[in-house]
Amino acid sequence: MLQMSSQTALKSLGGAAVVAVLCVLPFVIGLYRLDVLIFLLINIIVAVSYRFITLTGEWSLGHVVMMGVGGYASALLAKKLGLSVWLAMPLGGLATAALAFLLAFPLFRMKGFYFLIGSFAAGEAIRRTWNHFRDPFGGPGGLARIPTPELELPGVGLIDFGDPRIYYFLTLAVVLVSIVVFYRLEKSRIGLTLHAIHWQDSLAESVGINIWRYKTLAFCVASFFVGLAGALLGHHITVVNPPQFSLAIMLYVLVWVIVGGTRTIAGPIVGVTVLSIVDERLREFQEYRPLIYGAILILTMRFLPTGLEDLPAKLIGLGRRLRRIRTTQTGS
Amino acid sequence: MEVIAQTTVNALYASSYTALMAVGLALIFGVMGIINFAHGNLFMVGAYAVWWLYAVNGWPFFLAVAGAIMVVGAIGLLMERMLFRPMRDNPLGGLIMSVGVLFILEVLAVFFGLGLMKHVPPIYPGSVVIFGIPGATIPWQRLVVIGAAVLLLGTLWAFLRQTRLGWALRACAQDREAAALQGIPINKFALLAMGLGAALAGAAGGVMAPIVQVDPYIGHKMIVTAFIVIIVGGIGSLEGAVLAAILYAFFHTWVTTYIGGGIATTLGLVLMLVVLVVRPTGLLGTAERG
Repeated sequence: MLQMSSQTALKSLGGAAVVAVLCVLPFVIGLYRLDVLIFLLINIIVAVSYRFITLTGEWSLGHVVMMGVGGYASALLAKKLGLSVWLAMPLGGLATAALAFLLAFPLFRMKGFYFLIGSFAAGEAIRRTWNHFRDPFGGPGGLARIPTPELELPGVGLIDFGDPRIYYFLTLAVVLVSIVVFYRLEKSRIGLTLHAIHWQDSLAESVGINIWRYKTLAFCVASFFVGLAGALLGHHITVVNPPQFSLAIMLYVLVWVIVGGTRTIAGPIVGVTVLSIVDERLREFQEYRPLIYGAILILTMRFLPTGLEDLPAKLIGLGRRLRRIRTTQTGS
Repeated sequence: MEVIAQTTVNALYASSYTALMAVGLALIFGVMGIINFAHGNLFMVGAYAVWWLYAVNGWPFFLAVAGAIMVVGAIGLLMERMLFRPMRDNPLGGLIMSVGVLFILEVLAVFFGLGLMKHVPPIYPGSVVIFGIPGATIPWQRLVVIGAAVLLLGTLWAFLRQTRLGWALRACAQDREAAALQGIPINKFALLAMGLGAALAGAAGGVMAPIVQVDPYIGHKMIVTAFIVIIVGGIGSLEGAVLAAILYAFFHTWVTTYIGGGIATTLGLVLMLVVLVVRPTGLLGTAERG
């Protein structure tokens, strides 16, 4: 018990250190790096919320489109209805969750590959709708000149979130909130029920758990946050268009989550961070990005099927085994 | 009358290449339990093979298509042996491996084709008038596609129904464990299924090369169509795949002719969702898998 609590203390200490570094970072790195960091933070929300859906045992291929739903909804509310961006962004997330609720009726009738392909079809149909209707979605060109948030504070004056330094902190705040929410949800009764549904769905059903309701709940919460991530993206780069949310991008998200691992919430964060660093290192070889992703994906699946999150444990295990071999050799 | 005849012929042509793609995909799923995401890119490799052999090096067209079948079939065998076999107990693992292959093949095609669209000249230029209706014509190249689909799928059907090997393959597709208990070597038949499925995709890409503009991304549209078709037909059912390919091609061609091309695929996706809602395992699908 004592060990447990010291471990938790160590974990929260590490978390605090990471947050402290993240708060200092925007003042020491250049604007370009800062932009990369903002995208990374947004992608962390995408990856972490995606993992939350996988807790139900289903793998969606519509997650990136749901991100687009949030981006489009928030952009339309702010641009066409003139709503404050501060209101438009959470409403964008809520709109995404509402759409997820509607989609849950047909989608959670399916399981396994059928769910995978069904979610892809639903997402692709939505994406094609944006592409098709020039009014209000702007057709293939999408929506441009999306307003950036501003805040009028008494005594401070107008804070312009168009400044990436300030936008960074907004994004960081949303990331932290989403991580806390997903972490708490997973540790709660809801999370335990989701685990039960994942591993023993008929048993869970036979003890009176409404599987559909729990899956829908997970899907809606994850969609709310990914919608928020889409809104954050839209109000940052001021454009949303259909190619930003295509299947190719969805497959990249899949790679992040698989390479990082889905056992704990740290897995997708590690995955998206490591692959973003790889992306940046290989910026000159942009056209080879899929090749590198494909190779990393295949190698991970082959040699580290539980993802990078289990790499330290594996290395420790390997070290122990080596030591044991050495001691048995010297012993004989 | 003219438009109806023309649309029917176009739909027949569309059913042909769609069926070639979907049957291969369904065969792979049936025997191995893997959705092959790289299937569209196998089509793309087939098209590139024909471009290189026929348009660049001047091989006879049908020899070039045979070459494409060999090349893509070999890629399929490699995928099964090196990537899918270690993942045999993990249904999601095979799918993820195929996503990796999808990425890699695409970049290789960009590298090989330098990203430019390739034009492949048709073997017989010109068209034939159909049903004696002057306004309704079909280009010779499209007839070649229809002929190839009928020939290849007919051969496959005969192989599956008439030979012991085909029987064994169908046994694997029905129940892998029971087939293994009868002494059927599952790994060998997985290789056979993957080789055949990939070869069909390569053949489709090969005969389609002179019709489409060959570029590294032509596989994307193909894979979306093939997914719709195998879902509607019930994943893993070959008869279902053929039936659904014909249904979908007619639906798509008719909607394209009378309403518009952009909306046709969207409606197709919605149609697929409706089928899934009414019958969550597809039209001819039986038990749930995966």
